[in-house]
Amino acid sequence: MADRASRRAAAVNVELRDVRKSFDGVAALDGVSLSVAPGEFLALLGPSGSGKTTLLRVLAGLEFVDSGDIVVGGRNMDGVPARERGVGFVFQHYALFRHMTVARNVAFGLQVRPRRQRPPQREIHARVQSLLDLMGIGDLADRHPEQVSGGQRQRVALARALAIEPGLLLLDEPFGALDAKVRKSLRIWLRDLHDRMGLTSIFVTHDQAEAMEMADRVAVLRGGRIEQVDVPDRLYAEPASAFVHEFLGESIRLDCVVAHGRAHVDGLADCALPTDCPPGPAIALIRPHEIGLLPGSGPARVERVHAVGPMRRLRIALAGQVLEVLRPADAWIPVAGQTCGIDLSRARIYTSSTRDARLGLRVSSSS
Amino acid sequence: MSQSITHAVRATEERPAARIMLTALTIVLLLLLLLLPLAAVFAEALSRGLTGVMAALGEPDALAAIELTLIVAAVSVPLNTVCGLASAWCIGRFGFPGRSLLITLIELPFSVSPVISGLVWVLLFGANGWFGPMLERAGVRIIFAIPGLILATTFVTFPFVARTLIPLMQEQGAAEEEAALTLGASGWQTFWRVTLPNIRWGLLYGVLLCNARAMGEFGAVAVVSGHVRGQTMTMPLQVEALFNDYDWVGAFTIAGLLSLLALLTLAVKVAVEWRIGRRGGPLL
Repeated sequence: MADRASRRAAAVNVELRDVRKSFDGVAALDGVSLSVAPGEFLALLGPSGSGKTTLLRVLAGLEFVDSGDIVVGGRNMDGVPARERGVGFVFQHYALFRHMTVARNVAFGLQVRPRRQRPPQREIHARVQSLLDLMGIGDLADRHPEQVSGGQRQRVALARALAIEPGLLLLDEPFGALDAKVRKSLRIWLRDLHDRMGLTSIFVTHDQAEAMEMADRVAVLRGGRIEQVDVPDRLYAEPASAFVHEFLGESIRLDCVVAHGRAHVDGLADCALPTDCPPGPAIALIRPHEIGLLPGSGPARVERVHAVGPMRRLRIALAGQVLEVLRPADAWIPVAGQTCGIDLSRARIYTSSTRDARLGLRVSSSS
Repeated sequence: MSQSITHAVRATEERPAARIMLTALTIVLLLLLLLLPLAAVFAEALSRGLTGVMAALGEPDALAAIELTLIVAAVSVPLNTVCGLASAWCIGRFGFPGRSLLITLIELPFSVSPVISGLVWVLLFGANGWFGPMLERAGVRIIFAIPGLILATTFVTFPFVARTLIPLMQEQGAAEEEAALTLGASGWQTFWRVTLPNIRWGLLYGVLLCNARAMGEFGAVAVVSGHVRGQTMTMPLQVEALFNDYDWVGAFTIAGLLSLLALLTLAVKVAVEWRIGRRGGPLL
């Protein structure tokens, strides 16, 4: 039975070319280009208002673009209404039909087909049951949405979207409405399901840990544009902009000035980091575990040492600023009150472009 | 915070006598103002026994009034149901220029005196009205005829369905409809299978209120009716006419019928509210 539901749909590729969409003159999508390979699991990551949900909705046909092309599985979606796209959509709050049982919710996409394309009732019933079994909620078929838990509702929503055998599955904040514990187990389950079904999936999230853990690639959005698309490792190791750096994990920010191919961190006389950035004001970003501490006298003064878990967390006063530094327990650790040297050579230098200044870099260290 | 709460609790606990007094007063007022008149209507109708009631109901004029009332309601209620549904859907689902103006316009019949609601139709379609002479030449009669009664009734009862549905549809949002679209449903399929089932209790509630008012409307209807007995008299108008003739049994028999309709509406309304409340849905 389960093989009927998990029958591999033909995964499709997705191509977006310079897609633009604005609401009342405010650009929600400001020239987005992106290509997604068949079978890929892509995360759209960004703060609220970055356009990620709009991107998902134009893909589903729930909004229409102002300009640009959307090609799904080789078919240009210009003017194609949502109901003809055959794209599975899982809504943030699931949008289950509240007056229908779980089974009828899942059967909906098959029941509304024109008579000639509609499978016989017996087959619809069998397919619904096998999908529910696949989701591990086979015994909930006769319940109403309000009678099942949040996690179960999400599985119903997924089963309903998968019933029409979409080549592309879109998920809007799939774990947004769930508590942390359920969230964690569902992440692994969903990733597993994606691999088994052989779908192309795109999901929206504002939680960087979720995106990094589940996705093949992550597209970071900001202000209706894609800042960077890459595999999670490289995104974390080589952020293309200060925004991506700060959005994808704890970041320490130090002001500096670039001159003669070197960045001089304010307040630290002998700290000059090589950089390609043009001369002028810039910022240096570094993650807490990338900061090195050197024995001997230096500009850093240890204020406090926090020894819990495998890492030591230190509060360091440096050039009028207080930084958090993470050190492995087996590395050299100064004691509180001691001064020491500091190694910032792993810092990345970014110039504060006009765009950064306009949008502000308030999103930092979301752990 | 906690201090003010304990204070409030004590304030009601300190004077149980006052509480009993207030409750009793409410009940007495309720009996006096609501139940006594209702009882009086039925008592007066039955003052000459059931035979009196049957005779009053058998009057050709009474039968004509009942028939006319049913016709007027049968046209204006479905009309307002469709229009109310459509406008609530537009307002609840889309943002468009003039949306708040439309909401205000829908409420207009509630804020205008029913007499005025009748007079505007006379002004438009009456013999000396804007379109009156034109209609007269075409041989169409609106004022002092059934079309006028229907127009006036429809105008007065327009807000009921729309007003009950707008907050309901706004609260429910469009997500379920969007889900239906992504699953391949057409516009009609979405309406019949998703939208309508979600609002059915609210819709029924609105239709009930609309119907009660359509059958009971007096002011607007009185202006456009022309009071031709047996022809343009609805039940409320017939009650007044019989009452003026000192035909108390006749007047109160028809009044009793209208009261029964009101009680029935109330009963169904309570049932619907209970149903909506039990399902955990919004209580309008």
